[in-house]
Amino acid sequence: MMSNDLITGYEPMTSIEAITAGLESVGYISTRPISTSVFLAHGLRKPILIEGPAGVGKTDLAASLSRWLDVPLLRLQCYEGLDEGKALYEWKYGKQLLYTQILKEKLNDVIGDAQTLEASLSELGTFEDLFFSEQFLEARPLLTAMRQSAGSVLLVDEIDKSDEEFEAFLLEVLSDYQVTVPEIGTIRANVPPIVILTSNNVRELGDALKRRCLHLHIGFPDHKREQRIVQARVEGISETLLDQMVGFVQSIRELDIKKRPSIAETVDWAKTLLLLHANTLDETFVRDTLNVLLKHESDIAAVTTDIPKLVRQAVSGQSASGRPSSY
Amino acid sequence: MDRQITSFIRALRSSDVRVSTGEALDAVRAVAMVGYADRALLKDTLGCVLAKSPDEKVTFDELFDVYFSRKDTTTESAGASEQSQEESSGATAKNTPQNLVELMESGDETAIATAIEKAASAAEVDDIRFSTQVAYYAQQMVKQMGGESLQARLLDALSQHTDEGEAEAERLIEMRRDLTMRARERTQRAFDVFGKGETRQFREDYAASKRLSALDRSDMERMKVLVAKIAKRLAVKHSRRRKKKSRGQLDVRRTMRANAGMDGVPFNVIWRQKKRERPKIVVVCDVSGSVAQYVRFLLLLLWSMKDVVPDLHAFAFSGRLYDVDEYLEDKPFEEAMAEIMRVAGLGSTSYGQAWSDLKVDHEQLIDRRTTLMVMGDGRSNYGDPRTDLFRDFASRAKRTIWLNPEGPGLWGTGDSEILRYRPYCNQMSHVATLKDLERAVDDVLSAYN
Repeated sequence: MMSNDLITGYEPMTSIEAITAGLESVGYISTRPISTSVFLAHGLRKPILIEGPAGVGKTDLAASLSRWLDVPLLRLQCYEGLDEGKALYEWKYGKQLLYTQILKEKLNDVIGDAQTLEASLSELGTFEDLFFSEQFLEARPLLTAMRQSAGSVLLVDEIDKSDEEFEAFLLEVLSDYQVTVPEIGTIRANVPPIVILTSNNVRELGDALKRRCLHLHIGFPDHKREQRIVQARVEGISETLLDQMVGFVQSIRELDIKKRPSIAETVDWAKTLLLLHANTLDETFVRDTLNVLLKHESDIAAVTTDIPKLVRQAVSGQSASGRPSSY
Repeated sequence: MDRQITSFIRALRSSDVRVSTGEALDAVRAVAMVGYADRALLKDTLGCVLAKSPDEKVTFDELFDVYFSRKDTTTESAGASEQSQEESSGATAKNTPQNLVELMESGDETAIATAIEKAASAAEVDDIRFSTQVAYYAQQMVKQMGGESLQARLLDALSQHTDEGEAEAERLIEMRRDLTMRARERTQRAFDVFGKGETRQFREDYAASKRLSALDRSDMERMKVLVAKIAKRLAVKHSRRRKKKSRGQLDVRRTMRANAGMDGVPFNVIWRQKKRERPKIVVVCDVSGSVAQYVRFLLLLLWSMKDVVPDLHAFAFSGRLYDVDEYLEDKPFEEAMAEIMRVAGLGSTSYGQAWSDLKVDHEQLIDRRTTLMVMGDGRSNYGDPRTDLFRDFASRAKRTIWLNPEGPGLWGTGDSEILRYRPYCNQMSHVATLKDLERAVDDVLSAYN
C-alpha cells in the first residue's frame, strides 16, 4: 500500500532541484541539505525535525513551502501545558449548552406523546448525535491538517517547549496521519500533510520522536547564501553595500559573543541601512545601528571597540567570501 | 546494494550512533529515491535519516568519509568480480590461490583489489574489534589468498642455490611484502570503520570502574569526556517534568474560573498540581591530599550539571572552610581546581573547624530543600569533630549524604571520626569510581522527584 500511493499530492515536488527552484520563486533561498530533506520528507512521508539557532529560517521554510505549493499552512505553537484539546479538537461546550437551553421548549414536542420514562428515553436516543456532530466540533490545527483535501503544511513550532505527554500524543498522530474522534469516527488524511517540527533545544527531545523524524540542522548561512537571502528580502539594496554588510555580519559571528546575529537580524539591518540611505558601510553608520544586529548590551560593548577594524575588513573585501559557513 | 547500507549502519552503531530498525528501512528507501551516483547527495540523504543529534552528525560525517572512500574501490571491484563470475566458471580460477603469483605479477590493480576484498570477506575482517587484531586478520587474509603457495615457491627457489633462484626468491619476498602491506591496510580500514567505537566503549567502561585515585594524567582527558557524558545522562533524566499532577485534589478556584463560560457547570475540572522542588545542593569537600582527586571529579560532575541544579554551592576545606563557587564559575575547570587547591588545600585537616566556619558564615544556605553532601574521609587529626554542629546541619537539611573514598573496612580506624558522623547522615557511601559517583549524584537528584 505504502509504495503504491507513496507520492500523492504536491505535484511540483518532482526533484530536489525543483524544490530548490520552487522555494526560490517564493523568496526562500534553500541549500542542498534543506531541499534534500524536504524531498525525502515528501517521498518517505516523514516529518522533518529542524534544529538550529533562532532566526535562521526554520519557521520560514514551512511558510515558504505552503506558499509555493499553494496549500494552507497550519501552525501549532507549542508551550508548556499544551494538550489535545488545544492541538486536535474540542467540543464547543458553550454552543452545545446554549442550544440545549434554546431547544428545551422543543423537547416537549419530541417526547410529549411518550407515556413512560423508557419511551421518552428511546425517543431522545434517536437524537443522540445531535450535539456531538461536526457542527459542534472545534477543529484545532492537527485535525484541520488531516482534513485538507489537497494537502497542507503542518508546522509544529518549538516542539521542545511542550510536555512529554504531548510529544507522545503527537507521535501517535504523525505515525499514521489519522485521528479518531470517538463520537464521529476516524478521520484519515486524504493527502498527508507535510509536517515540519522545529526545536530550539530547550529540552532534549524524546528518542522515539527523533527516530520517527528526518533530522535537519539549519545553521548560519555562508557569505554567498546570506547575500542572496538579503537580496531577496530587501529591495533596492546596492551590490556594494550588500557585500560589505554581509561580510561585516559574517565576521561578527566569529567573535565570542552571547547571541550571534541570525539572518532575521541581517535583513533588519539591511532595511535600516537602506532607510538611512547608506551606500557603503562606514563606522558611524555601524556604530549607530549596531543595536539592530546585537541584542545584548555586553555584546554591543564588545563589538564596538572592534568596529574600525571590522569595517575596514568588510569594505576591502577581506571577509573571505569563500570561507566555510559556521555550521 | 542494500548490503552496503546495512553494513554502514552496523559501523554507525558500533560508533555509538543509535540506529533503529525503522531508520534502517528509511535509509534504504531514501537511497532508493536518490541513488548512489552523487556522493554529496548520498551524504545529505543518509545524514538526515540516520544522524539525529549534533554529536551523531559529527560521528556520521567522519564515518561516511572513511567508509565510502573504501567503497570506492570495492563497488568497482565487486562489480567486476560479479561480472567475471557470471561470464564463466573458468574466469574465477583467476583468483584461486595457485595463481596468486601471476595475479601479483600482472599488476592489474582492479583484479588485485577484487582478490583483496574477497579474501577480506572470507577472513571476516569486518568483525575486527580491537587494534591488536590487525596483524592477525591481515595474516588470515594472506592465507586466504594462497600465501602458503607463495611460501612454497619461495622455499623452492631458495633451495636451488643458484643465482636465478636467488633473484626469484628476492622477487617473491618483495611480492609477499607488498601483499602483506595491502592486507594490513585493508584490515586497518576495517578497524577504523567497525572497531574504533567498540574499543572506545570498552575503554570507557574500564575507566568508569577504575579507582579514581589510581588515574594518571594521561587518563584525565578521557575521564573528562566521560564525566560530561554522565552529566548529560543525569541531566536528561532529572530535567524532565517539573510539575506533578496530584489527582483527587480539586482546584476549586481555577475550576470555577475555567467553567464560568459554561454557566458554572464544571465541564473541565482542574486538579491541584504539585510543583516539584528544584534541587539545592550544598557540597562540602575535604581537599586534603588523600581526598583531593575524588573531589575533583565530584565538582566536575556537579558543575557540568549546573543547568539542572542551578542552586549549587561548593565549599572546600582542609583547615579553614572556603567558598569556592566563584573560582568554579569564573575560570576553566582545571584552573579553578588549581586555585582551590592553592587556597584551601594547605591547612592541616580539621573537620571541627570546617563545621564552625560553615555555621558562622553560611548556615542560612542550609534549609529544608537542601541536600548537604560531604566528600571526605573524616580523618580530623584527633581534633574535636564538633558532631553537635554537624547534627544541627543534618536536622535542618532535607537529606545529608556522606561520600567517603575510604572503604568501610577503614572507617573508624586511627583518626577517622566517620562513625561519629554516621548516625546523622541519611546515607554514607563508599565512593571509589566514577560509577559510584554517578550513582550517588543520581540518588541525590532522585530524592527531588
